[in-house]
Amino acid sequence: MEEYLLNKPGKKIIFLGNEAIVRGALESGVDFVSTYPGTPASEIGNIFFAIQNSKDRIPNFHFEYSTNEKVALEGAIGASFCGLESLAAMKHFGLNVCIEALIPAMYTGMKGTLVLIVADDSSCWSSAQSEQNSRAYSYLAHIPTLEPSDSQEAKDFTKLAFQISEKFKIPIMVRTTTRVAHQRMVVEISDLKLPIANLNKGQFIKDPQKWVTMPPRVLEMKKELLEKIEKIKEFSEKSPINSVNSQQSKVNSQLGIITSGISYLYVMEALKELNLQLPVLKIGFFYPLPEKKIQKFIQPLKEILIVEELEPYLEREIQRLAKDVNPKLKIIGKALIPEVGELKPEIVTLALAKFTNTKYQLPDAKSQIPIPKRFPRLCPGCPYWLVISAIEKAVNPKEVIFGGDIGCYMLFGRPPLKIQDYLSCMGSSIGIAHGIKKVSRQKLITFIGDSTFFHAGIPALINTVFNKSNPLIIILNNLTTAMTGHQPHPGNIIKIEEVVSACGVKNWKIIDPGNQAEFSKTVKEFLAKDEVSVIIARRPCIFVK
Amino acid sequence: MTKDFNIVIFGVGGQGQITLLQILAEAAILEGYDFKTSELHGLSQRGGSVEVHIRFGENIFSPLVSKGKGDLVLGLELQEALRGLYFANEKTNFLVNDYFVPILGTEFSREKTLQLLSQMKEKLILIEASKICQEKLGKDVLAGIYLVSLASFKKFIPLKPESILEAIKKIIPEKYLELNLKAFNLVKTI
Repeated sequence: MEEYLLNKPGKKIIFLGNEAIVRGALESGVDFVSTYPGTPASEIGNIFFAIQNSKDRIPNFHFEYSTNEKVALEGAIGASFCGLESLAAMKHFGLNVCIEALIPAMYTGMKGTLVLIVADDSSCWSSAQSEQNSRAYSYLAHIPTLEPSDSQEAKDFTKLAFQISEKFKIPIMVRTTTRVAHQRMVVEISDLKLPIANLNKGQFIKDPQKWVTMPPRVLEMKKELLEKIEKIKEFSEKSPINSVNSQQSKVNSQLGIITSGISYLYVMEALKELNLQLPVLKIGFFYPLPEKKIQKFIQPLKEILIVEELEPYLEREIQRLAKDVNPKLKIIGKALIPEVGELKPEIVTLALAKFTNTKYQLPDAKSQIPIPKRFPRLCPGCPYWLVISAIEKAVNPKEVIFGGDIGCYMLFGRPPLKIQDYLSCMGSSIGIAHGIKKVSRQKLITFIGDSTFFHAGIPALINTVFNKSNPLIIILNNLTTAMTGHQPHPGNIIKIEEVVSACGVKNWKIIDPGNQAEFSKTVKEFLAKDEVSVIIARRPCIFVK
Repeated sequence: MTKDFNIVIFGVGGQGQITLLQILAEAAILEGYDFKTSELHGLSQRGGSVEVHIRFGENIFSPLVSKGKGDLVLGLELQEALRGLYFANEKTNFLVNDYFVPILGTEFSREKTLQLLSQMKEKLILIEASKICQEKLGKDVLAGIYLVSLASFKKFIPLKPESILEAIKKIIPEKYLELNLKAFNLVKTI
């Protein structure tokens, strides 16, 4: 723990990308941090939580696990409205949840600072529902976006994000990916800057012109935002985080490379492997792009290779920018670089070899046969095994639709269980169940974890009561946010049964799934009801102490 | 060491891969190398396959090892070690724990696995690390520390045993240090 709070500028410490982000925030004097756990961003919250529950607790500093990412961001906005330095961290799906809060926050701007950390998961290593490139939101929300490549940059860019946010009074996004968030390297630390403000001295100063987004003011605000982005573009033009690689800059070449984020590291590795020298423009400031710098870079070139993971946002922008300065420039991106899945160094090496007409063959890897997948499993002793067992005693699984949701119980869909007929996003098991039950007479059971229920399940539950449908909802109440590393959730204070009851649900029961007979009997009984029913399957996760 | 050194570790979630990376990283620093690691956290750990990478040398960019570029593949389980063939070439040392955890719902046998691994010829080194650690120390999870220590003593990794030892002392929490040191010392005696 002490490495996060060490005040020895210049000292070198091994940090994971996420750990470096924490350090960067602590070097920026962060006052308020909020998050909802999600891999690959979880360690950020875990570390702040651990610090605040240790002897090294930082005074005048607030950390919280919020109910969901939207609430986390809104909390950070409120703290920033009062002049404090705030940070909200989440995985990419969390950004989807809070985008509604983010866009108007860009309009109002901030009084203090607001840094938003978003971790994408290219290749879906720890994500069910979709592979997402959150850079699309940079355009949608007009949020300035920085893309670090490694842990040192993760720390430095987080600090820079606080500085830009302070200077322009606007939220800034730092976007990482799994291979940045979970990359370890030696990081040189700088001065620690612990919060000096007393949290209670934050002050909200009334100014409806500033904090209320309503017409006709809202369109003026949009105009002001776009003007601000123009100024930040000038900042981006001058920023050293967009730079032509120094070792390669003097190379006289008709070919060049533009890259950002993790892809930069693969490009540098590929140049080393192929023994090539090419000018490389590394983009650290993804939005707004340093357009003039890019144009200056591409102007003398004949061909350019754009190396970026997932959707070709840089490529499209560069196609647009080339029209003015070099309409004949041959721009190659997704023609050689895949759009699905994360990049690997060998993919980039092969692309670069093709681009430069360099003869290159990867070493013959040994003969491969498809090796069966070893999926993660529910832990031995997990209470969910008991839930499944009781359900299998009560119904023929083939005759019931099973709705899945986000949590360890997604593993119900894996062999040998295979009890999961649909799976989408947080809370959707109930929302989708409602639609199915409104139009079909099939029996339906949904599973939703307690943390997920608080995150996004409650409005959907209310909808089943309000609009009258009758799924059987099983709330898996294991008293923790298990999948992401056992973070606490509101159920530790707010009783789920009281929430369910207050939502107007008449048929509900709390059952320990260890009580198999009662659980099975209740499943049968509730499946026959004409109104929505809820079983709160209460038994702690084996890791809950 | 003139070129970068690439290690990929394969195993089942819970075998301590990330701790091994941290130890190797510390040892690499002690010997003055630059390094990068890449690891996976979250649900992928829960008994599923886990693949982690470490590269060290003069100047390391990519945290991931390229196809066919592994210098050492460390397999903590036999079938998981098979996945390491992707990173192997003729010279790759294949240090594998002779330990078989069946993959649910498949009929991939130990014999078939061994047969596939045998293409690594004399580069395949099979060690019953889990069994040894269970018998001598009562904890088969020490197999990883045992194998990393062995790799250092047998010079499969260009990092000195003293550096590995110092790294173990730095990384392993005090509570478990004695056991881990025993696993290290166990190697010394063979």
